Amino acid sequence: MITGFIFRALDGKIVAAIGILLAAGILVPALNLLVPPDSAFHIPTYAMSLMGKYLCYALLALALDLVWGYCGILSLGHGAFFALGGYAMGMYLMRQIGSRGVYGNPLLPDFMVFLNWQELPWFWYGFDMFPFAMLMVLVVPGLLAFLFGWFAFRSRVNGVYLSIITQAMTYALMLAFFRNDMGFGGNNGLTDYKDILGFSVQADGTRAVLFALSALMLSLCLLIASAIVRSKFGKVLVGVRDAESRVRFLGFRVENIKLFTFVVSAMMAGIAGALFVPQVGIINPGEFAPANSIEVVVWTAVGGRGTLIGPIIGAILVNAGKSFFTGAFPEFWLYALGGLFIAVTLFLPKGIVGTIQHGWNGRKAMKAAADREKGRDDTVLPQAAE
Amino acid sequence: MIFKSLLRACLACLFLSLCTPAFAQADSKALLDSLADANFKQAEEIVGQLAASGDPRVVPALEAFAEGDLYARKSDDAVFITQAAGSKLALIDPLSGESAGEVAKGAMSKIRVNNNLRRVIRSALGGLTLLSPDRNTRLQAASAVLASPSAENLDLVEAALERETDPEVKARMVEARAVSLLSSDRPPEAKREAIETIASLGGRNAIGILMSSAGTLDPSLQEDLDAAIARLESKLAFWDMAQNVWYGVSLGSVLLLAAIGLAITFGVMGIINMAHGEMVMLGAYSTFVVQDVIRSNAPQLFDWSLPIALPVAFLVTALVGLAIERGVIRFLYGRPLETLLATWGISLILQQAIRSIFGPTNQEVGNPSWMSGSFALGGMTVTWNRMWIIVFSLTIFFALLALMKRSAFGLQMRAVTQNRRMASSMGIRTPWVDAFTFALGSGIAGIAGVALSQIDNVSPNLGQSYIIDSFMVVVFGGVGNLWGTLVGALTLGVLNKFLEPSVGAVLGKILVLVLIILFIQKRPRGLFALKGRAVEA
Repeated sequence: MITGFIFRALDGKIVAAIGILLAAGILVPALNLLVPPDSAFHIPTYAMSLMGKYLCYALLALALDLVWGYCGILSLGHGAFFALGGYAMGMYLMRQIGSRGVYGNPLLPDFMVFLNWQELPWFWYGFDMFPFAMLMVLVVPGLLAFLFGWFAFRSRVNGVYLSIITQAMTYALMLAFFRNDMGFGGNNGLTDYKDILGFSVQADGTRAVLFALSALMLSLCLLIASAIVRSKFGKVLVGVRDAESRVRFLGFRVENIKLFTFVVSAMMAGIAGALFVPQVGIINPGEFAPANSIEVVVWTAVGGRGTLIGPIIGAILVNAGKSFFTGAFPEFWLYALGGLFIAVTLFLPKGIVGTIQHGWNGRKAMKAAADREKGRDDTVLPQAAE
Repeated sequence: MIFKSLLRACLACLFLSLCTPAFAQADSKALLDSLADANFKQAEEIVGQLAASGDPRVVPALEAFAEGDLYARKSDDAVFITQAAGSKLALIDPLSGESAGEVAKGAMSKIRVNNNLRRVIRSALGGLTLLSPDRNTRLQAASAVLASPSAENLDLVEAALERETDPEVKARMVEARAVSLLSSDRPPEAKREAIETIASLGGRNAIGILMSSAGTLDPSLQEDLDAAIARLESKLAFWDMAQNVWYGVSLGSVLLLAAIGLAITFGVMGIINMAHGEMVMLGAYSTFVVQDVIRSNAPQLFDWSLPIALPVAFLVTALVGLAIERGVIRFLYGRPLETLLATWGISLILQQAIRSIFGPTNQEVGNPSWMSGSFALGGMTVTWNRMWIIVFSLTIFFALLALMKRSAFGLQMRAVTQNRRMASSMGIRTPWVDAFTFALGSGIAGIAGVALSQIDNVSPNLGQSYIIDSFMVVVFGGVGNLWGTLVGALTLGVLNKFLEPSVGAVLGKILVLVLIILFIQKRPRGLFALKGRAVEA
């Protein structure tokens, strides 16, 4: 049954995308580690980390697409789940520093010593164990999504209202994490990591493994998302998006369907955050900023929502553009981003992938029509798929 | 009557006991010169005697003493006020204030002063200047005695009180006398009266004075004292509460200003305008430009800069709003989430444009004279700018309400909101109504910016800080209802200010956000929900 579930997920495009991702996951680290630095094919470590960062963003955008593109929930707070996953990872990395911190305290991270704390707060316990930390990467965002969704979906808060309260959620979290008393490093966040599972986070080898892991996790999540979308459950999901009341009248528990999708999506966002932190080397409350979450929405919209592959392409393209612009013309990045928001919503509502698909389907339909014309078959034209 | 004569007898006794016979006839000059070889303790006594002499000529000498500028000549122990003049010291006669030549530093020895002595000197000065011919000096002196009460001043205060004619100074002196009396050895009846006088002063200071004398008083007075303190405290608690409500209303009016434009674009038209905050920012920058022009061309008009900036800001932001509606939003009606994204893009462009033109730093927007300063209302302080902003936001609110409910344009606006197609078939040009409604909402955000420029930093990020709060207010109050926005803004403002003292500003804000999120679960359509068909639209 599981195999059937997975098998259905694999249509041509998904297979191709996973193939490309896995190939990149092997090729890029290989070009970094095995090719000598003076070769034209060598990929420097910073470039690899940058690409790793894009893959994490792509995973975040994929997570958002699952709820927005297929379930119709526009979450403006997905950055919060991403950041929570990142903080869980950051806490593990902080505990790994041990007595190598500036103050040399074997138990307390530097910022706690600086704030004159005497003992580790209870919620920091267990984060010295990697498996526990990884569990928290999934559980914390998932739990928040569950609680939030439980209340919101049951009382049928939807559409714009839901978007606004998700934004309020991430804003409240940002304010909370900025406080020093919270015990998460306040303004400065968690940084200055030394090693992960005994390997130095700065080393090329570790960076290469992290990149490969990002590619792998992205492929895996893409597979899961695709399996969900293509299952019977996925059909109901699209039904909820397009006609919520009708699905409810047919006897489905709409709130449970939404809740499940929301929680899965939040966990994916958490994984993205956890992979992001060791590659970037810092996590701070700025990641909770509402503007970040809205940017994720744009990546998804640019790539094409409701396509799964689109958001991945969108996230990579927009972020590559951002890296280019902020380096070359820092003044113009916000103009470009703002313009992109407007242009995409006005002229490209289906996004890049959606538009290509639409054109493709349209061409196929025309071709079929031409064939029928030849065969003197005058049945009604099938409508182009949305 | 008997009481009064008794008091006077006491006073005389006290006066005599203070002035020891050896110094009774000594003039101020001799007293001053005796400072030369006095230790701290003796110096304190001498200062007390100088003060008791009531001789106003010793004031400069005492002031110099407190500053450490009083020196004694080693050769004859004569005391002088000195001023550094290069490597030498310029001598000034302490009583006449005339110059007495210059001497080398080595020829003089400084009369040392410590903090204890400085306090004695200060209270002595307070007493001495009570008799000054200048009204303001006397008032200040009485206030000084009031602030640092001591029994030694009592006689001086009473002496000054008898001579005083100015009613304000007199009232202050009565208070000063009561305060000094409490720590003296007067009979309990006099003290009881003094407690009443102090209690009528009100405020934290009065409580402090009464508290400090709690242990030293006669046990029979304890009850009066406790009652007075309790009365003062309950009064204080009341005014604290009033002050808190006032802060809350003030914050609420700011929220109302920021949200009221949104109540039109979001509440009435259903457009999620994420660029709303930037409209507020544009309004604030319009104020800055208007003030800049006025400063360089007609500085005498500066007090009028805000009334001038209002129409300018309204026009600028209304035009920008019109352009946004015609250029982008009209293609997106019926797709609220897409509108959200597009207007967010617009907000990024506007922010960056302002940053490119004016730079990323805060701009200086001045307060006209009628907006600065404060006044006291009972036990609380009210700043004029907060006061005017409350008045202003309520004016805007009611003007808007009248426009919506009483004008033809408002009627058309409501008709289009309630049933677009029906309105259209009745001959209302719905695209025009849409465009002007959006322009109106943006223009109101602009004039909100004029007011907010007075209390907030005018920077390209100004709008960002208001956008989430504004949405919270509108959603909390109930979409499509202006009254809901008013009630929502004031409730959130007051709630915020009441949470602040107990949990801190940031946590208070977080709590309010969480409460709103929970509230929306309970009432998804806000406090004042629309009923009927409009809900499903």
